[in-house]
Amino acid sequence: MSKLYVNRRGLLKGTAAAGVGLAAPTIFTSRAWSAEYMNEPTGDTVTLGFNVPQTGAYADEGADELRAYQLAVEHLNGEGDGGMLSTFSSKELKGEGVNGKKVAFVTGDTQTKSDAARASAKRMIEKDGAVMITGGSSSGVAIAVQGLCQEAGVIFMAGLTHSNDTTGKDKRANGFRHFFNTEMTGAALAPVLKNNFGSDRKAYHLTADYTWGWSQEGSIKKYTEELGWETVAAVRTPLGAGDFSQYITPVLNSGADVLVLNHYGRDMVNSLTQAVQFGLRDKEVNGKKFAIVVPLFSRLMAQGAGDAIKGIFGSTNWHWSLQDEGSKAFVKSFGQKYGFPPSQAAHTCYCQTILYADACQRAGSFRPSAVGAALEGFSFDGLGNGPTEYRAADHQCFKDVLVVKGKENPSSNYDLLEVVEITPRAQVEYPAELLGGELGPYNDGA
Amino acid sequence: MDEILLQILNGLDKGGAYALIALGLTIIFGTLGVVNFAHGALFMLGAFCAVAVKAFLGMEKVTLDPTQTTAWGTPMEIRQPYMEAWFGEFGRLVVDFSVPFSVLVAVPVMLIVGIAMERGLIRFFYKRPHADQILVTFGLAIVLQEIIKSFFGANPIPQPAPEAAQGMIDFGIALGFDAGNVVYPAWRLIYFLFSLAVIGGVFAFLQLTTFGMVVRAGMADRETVGLLGIDIDRRFTVVFGIAAVVAGLAGAMYTPILSPDYHMGMDFLVLSFVVVVVGGMGSLPGAVLAGFLLGILQSFASMNEVKDIFPGIDQIIIYLIAVVILLVRPRGLLGRKGVMEH
Repeated sequence: MSKLYVNRRGLLKGTAAAGVGLAAPTIFTSRAWSAEYMNEPTGDTVTLGFNVPQTGAYADEGADELRAYQLAVEHLNGEGDGGMLSTFSSKELKGEGVNGKKVAFVTGDTQTKSDAARASAKRMIEKDGAVMITGGSSSGVAIAVQGLCQEAGVIFMAGLTHSNDTTGKDKRANGFRHFFNTEMTGAALAPVLKNNFGSDRKAYHLTADYTWGWSQEGSIKKYTEELGWETVAAVRTPLGAGDFSQYITPVLNSGADVLVLNHYGRDMVNSLTQAVQFGLRDKEVNGKKFAIVVPLFSRLMAQGAGDAIKGIFGSTNWHWSLQDEGSKAFVKSFGQKYGFPPSQAAHTCYCQTILYADACQRAGSFRPSAVGAALEGFSFDGLGNGPTEYRAADHQCFKDVLVVKGKENPSSNYDLLEVVEITPRAQVEYPAELLGGELGPYNDGA
Repeated sequence: MDEILLQILNGLDKGGAYALIALGLTIIFGTLGVVNFAHGALFMLGAFCAVAVKAFLGMEKVTLDPTQTTAWGTPMEIRQPYMEAWFGEFGRLVVDFSVPFSVLVAVPVMLIVGIAMERGLIRFFYKRPHADQILVTFGLAIVLQEIIKSFFGANPIPQPAPEAAQGMIDFGIALGFDAGNVVYPAWRLIYFLFSLAVIGGVFAFLQLTTFGMVVRAGMADRETVGLLGIDIDRRFTVVFGIAAVVAGLAGAMYTPILSPDYHMGMDFLVLSFVVVVVGGMGSLPGAVLAGFLLGILQSFASMNEVKDIFPGIDQIIIYLIAVVILLVRPRGLLGRKGVMEH
């Protein structure tokens, strides 16, 4: 029978060997160890991470975003009719992938929860090797994922996020937003409200109690008060309140003649439907017809509100009925593949993918700092919003903003909004310092 | 004063929904001893009965018009509801009244769903700890939600009240206020009266029928009723079905107030459990009383005057009241000593 002797030298040798053994997998699998930047593609494909809500209240919007991403990947790889690649002012992309590599993608489910969204983005970066993360339907989620991408050293191309903070106080060098924001909504909507309702109005705000709601309320108050409107009250409502009747009844006898619903998604559907139920759309106050305003409209959400949206003013980033060549090409491509027109969320996600790919092609690299430099100050056209610029100072796209109104006689389930004004870019531009925050340096993750 | 009246009305229609869901929860807990976390999903299924009835009645004949094209180049679809095509104005009226009609469909559908749930799953958990019951019924609720989502999508689906019930009723004139000062949507008042009728129906069933008497006896002492040769399990199965019907009716009629989506049951579930606990576990009158009481208090807590003094009170009032009631009356408002304490 043999005995096991453990002496000091043996223990030290064993511990050293075990340490090397344990460290080895990390040394050989770490993507950043040998690469020049995080997830540098080494094979013949480059992987993009599409982080969208696949479950939860925004799953339908997430599904539409995913459709647009898949379409964009097809077009980048030379499949399909090319969509907006043919109308895009930059002609770097030829439908041969990006920088000689085919575009592949992985998907994650944000669940419209910040922690879940960060976890899925982390998984796509660390496990799947995604070189860019994009998507989402909420500002809270966008800000959380943007922070993660900055720490990890990959580019974040935001999806639908409308809060000023995304490219304001929470902006990051690695983050870029094509979608508009509440500041632009306020600047675009206010003159239309003045033309339709005059400058002597009393407004009552119901506001979703989170970052986007506060941002939206602040912007609309600022611009309508400049017009001469008085804000009677601004009441915060819990996210997902369901029944808003207890918040709507105080409006009835408050003396207000305008109700501003700073709500999105289910909250917007419910609060608008219930406000109309309480007769606010047909009411007369102070000798004027009562008005309801929904600053951020979404066609997908408008479907949920049914007839309640008729005649209601709001703003949107893009609408499928636009008649410019880019929009027509995108609607045709999307409609032929899926049988219905794309939403504004789908449009912004498609644009972000194309813009990222184009920047990589122009930079000749996927390195975040090089791609970011190619996007900064980039002016382009042909993607459905007219001449647009990715401002270098805050990584926010500046373009025309659409003011829309719920159609009185829609011809189909998709034909719910009519564009009443295209507010020129110059009218919605603001100094980058206005919203605060610091971009900081790029992080390449190496 | 007018605002107080309006908030009371708000509380009553909201409380009607709470009371109906809590009533079903209490019946199930009182008879079967099961903590049913799938009860909110039954409310949601009832709402989707209304959605399905509307979709069925509103089925459209689709023809392609080659002379017109969509923005993506395919021929335009011309849609006409069959009901309108076949029955003209009467057909349009039937579609308009789809929500009240859906109540007739929801009764048998929810009864079958309830009985199937009890026989197929819940009965295997009678003797298991409450934690197991909570896990399995919560899991069931998620499965039901996902099934509904796969059929109807995640977005809310508009479900308007019949045109005749879309207007406002002016209470103010009768109470001496100026015209237009105390107005309330007609459908919400209908919902409140409907909830009273259903609650009355359930109490009448339990108090005035032999079946109800046996059920009440079973709630008090299940073993003795069994020793008398009565198959109490079979009756409790039907009771589970009735509780599902009550939740389903509450959901179907609530759709014009809250556009239904797959998640709506979860929003009501937690509140309804609080209602049950505040009312007193196993007490049917307690569940109803607490439902209306919490509905009204929630409405008052949302008044600007109250929120100015206690910011955010509207978001916690229900739980605050629950804490206070349980401290003062640990068995809830109408809970009795010895009931549900084993």
